[in-house]
Amino acid sequence: MDALSSLADGFVIAFSLENLFLALLGCLLGTIMGALPGLGPSNGVAILIPLAFTLGLPAGPAMILLVSVYYGAMYGGRISSILLNIPGDEPALMTTLDGYPMAQQGRAGEALALSGVSSFVGAFLATWGLVFLAPLLVQIALLFGPAEYFALFVLAFATLGGIASRNQAKAAFAAAVGLGISTVGVDGQTGVPRFTFGEVHLYDGIDFLVAIVGLFALSEVFIFLEHRGEERGDGKPGKMEIGRIVPPWGLISGCIPTMLRTSVLGFVAGVLPGAGASLGSFLAYSTEKRMVDRKATFGTGDPRGVAAPEAGNNAAAGGALVPMLALGVPGSGTTAVLLAMLLALNITPGPLLFQNNPDVVWGLIAALFIGNFMLLLMNIPLVGLFTRVLLVPPRILMPIVAMISFVGIYGISGSSFDLLMMVAFGVMGWVLRKLDVPLVPVILGVLLGNMMEANLRRAMTISDGDWTALFASPLSIILWTIAVVGFVLPILVGPMIRRRMAMRRDEEGAVQD
Amino acid sequence: MSDRVFGGIGLALAVFFIWQATLIELSFITDPVGPRIFPIIIGIVLGLSSLVVLLRPDPEPHWPAARRLFEIAVAVAVMVAYAELLPEVGFVIATAVASAFLTWRLGTTPLWSVVTGVSISVGIYVVFRLILGLSLARGPLGF
Repeated sequence: MDALSSLADGFVIAFSLENLFLALLGCLLGTIMGALPGLGPSNGVAILIPLAFTLGLPAGPAMILLVSVYYGAMYGGRISSILLNIPGDEPALMTTLDGYPMAQQGRAGEALALSGVSSFVGAFLATWGLVFLAPLLVQIALLFGPAEYFALFVLAFATLGGIASRNQAKAAFAAAVGLGISTVGVDGQTGVPRFTFGEVHLYDGIDFLVAIVGLFALSEVFIFLEHRGEERGDGKPGKMEIGRIVPPWGLISGCIPTMLRTSVLGFVAGVLPGAGASLGSFLAYSTEKRMVDRKATFGTGDPRGVAAPEAGNNAAAGGALVPMLALGVPGSGTTAVLLAMLLALNITPGPLLFQNNPDVVWGLIAALFIGNFMLLLMNIPLVGLFTRVLLVPPRILMPIVAMISFVGIYGISGSSFDLLMMVAFGVMGWVLRKLDVPLVPVILGVLLGNMMEANLRRAMTISDGDWTALFASPLSIILWTIAVVGFVLPILVGPMIRRRMAMRRDEEGAVQD
Repeated sequence: MSDRVFGGIGLALAVFFIWQATLIELSFITDPVGPRIFPIIIGIVLGLSSLVVLLRPDPEPHWPAARRLFEIAVAVAVMVAYAELLPEVGFVIATAVASAFLTWRLGTTPLWSVVTGVSISVGIYVVFRLILGLSLARGPLGF
């Protein structure tokens, strides 16, 4: 078992004092960010990237910090779902359905504890899945040539809108905008400037960190400015009686089968391109409802209705790391942001990552295990602490978010030009969210554009300009087929799935897990 | 209507993008694809998707009233001014002013806005400059 011995090496790395501290810090920050409505895993991680980068953390520790934030945010999202009936982030949406009714019955503490345990089970099993599945996927990825990689990138973009995508034209538009932005700057292969309009600052291209922080974090500030005074803009404290925080064993054991089933389901949803944690928790909830809800108690405060989506979304979060690490192609917003961090550190994810930087990969995976235990400990006894955080009103939180975004970007480049660019991206993000254009494809386009073009041109150089080489191998034909099906399918079945998911949804739901 | 305008702008952008792509100068180093083809492909995807949005628009989004739009515009102006003035006046002052403004517009009372702005600015300075040692913009006063 190669994977297990590599994992043991990873534990040796993760157990250093510095890494343990970073994991703890990440879990803490992540839980807080997840709990706060308006800050989710993707914009939470986005704000921290420039910081991790300017602090000069090496690759391994930086990734440990950020994935701990990612897992932490997945745990934290449930807190405001249960207590305030406002999902802290999009994947926690389904948790409101049974979590809030439980809280209304005075069982908030039980709901929080149970969801903490389910989050742990989901994330723990998914991390095991990552250990075994990622190396397998790497074996397949080693067969990929430039043509196959190009097809894989197309597949990632085609499926990114997701099965529940509302408008595939807008998803394609978003991807094209992102890819277009990535072509700005000096062409890496021939050295000619493209779309720079004589502006020296643009010769290096547009830094994807600037784009990410602007699109994800600043656009959130504008959304809050827009909604000021409406129920969403003001933090209404509501009643915060937690009740007992140690659930009776019977409650947990009754939910174990639910947790196990939904963890598997969530993990699969996370690994598949275009699904992600939001769909993972939705699938988990609806399948569980169909399977065990004989007395029609789901939706009225059934504990299993709390366990299912939480195990599902945390498992999906782990699953989404598989394609990101093994193929270098992320399937969700937050993993795209994590990929940005790796690229900023000059590490190219994909099969070579497992060969060249095994310390980073396995240290990271080991840190996920450790982080999980930390989160479990943090989220059950200390949950009262996190509920206090919810009392910070957005009118104070949002300026902090904006200012930390500025600090992070300024710390990297020290140039006002980048800050202006970030503000422009913030406005663009706001407009696109109003028009219901998803932001994740934009980010992914900015991130992957250069690699996608490089692979295309490498493939063409090998085939000496013969474009049919893109469809020459069986592997690439399979990838193209999945891409086409993945793009067309949502147009056919999307409306149906959306209707079921439409129970509650933000108007500006374009930022996904 | 919004989507039709949006699609129209997207289409114009696509045409402009493709036109600019054809103007990219070629270098003496070259490969079978060259620097122009990939942007042109993207421009075509951009144009086609904009066309679909133009022809089959979604239901109208909920736009804020003119006053709120103005509010957002002012916030953008403050952020632009912040970006421009940051190296001139230094981190602490610029940040205190900008965050006081933002929290005021988000509904804090004027007096508390000043307190909040100063606290945010000093708080970030302490955490990021003094504890973490990040380089922030230095003004004439040294902070």
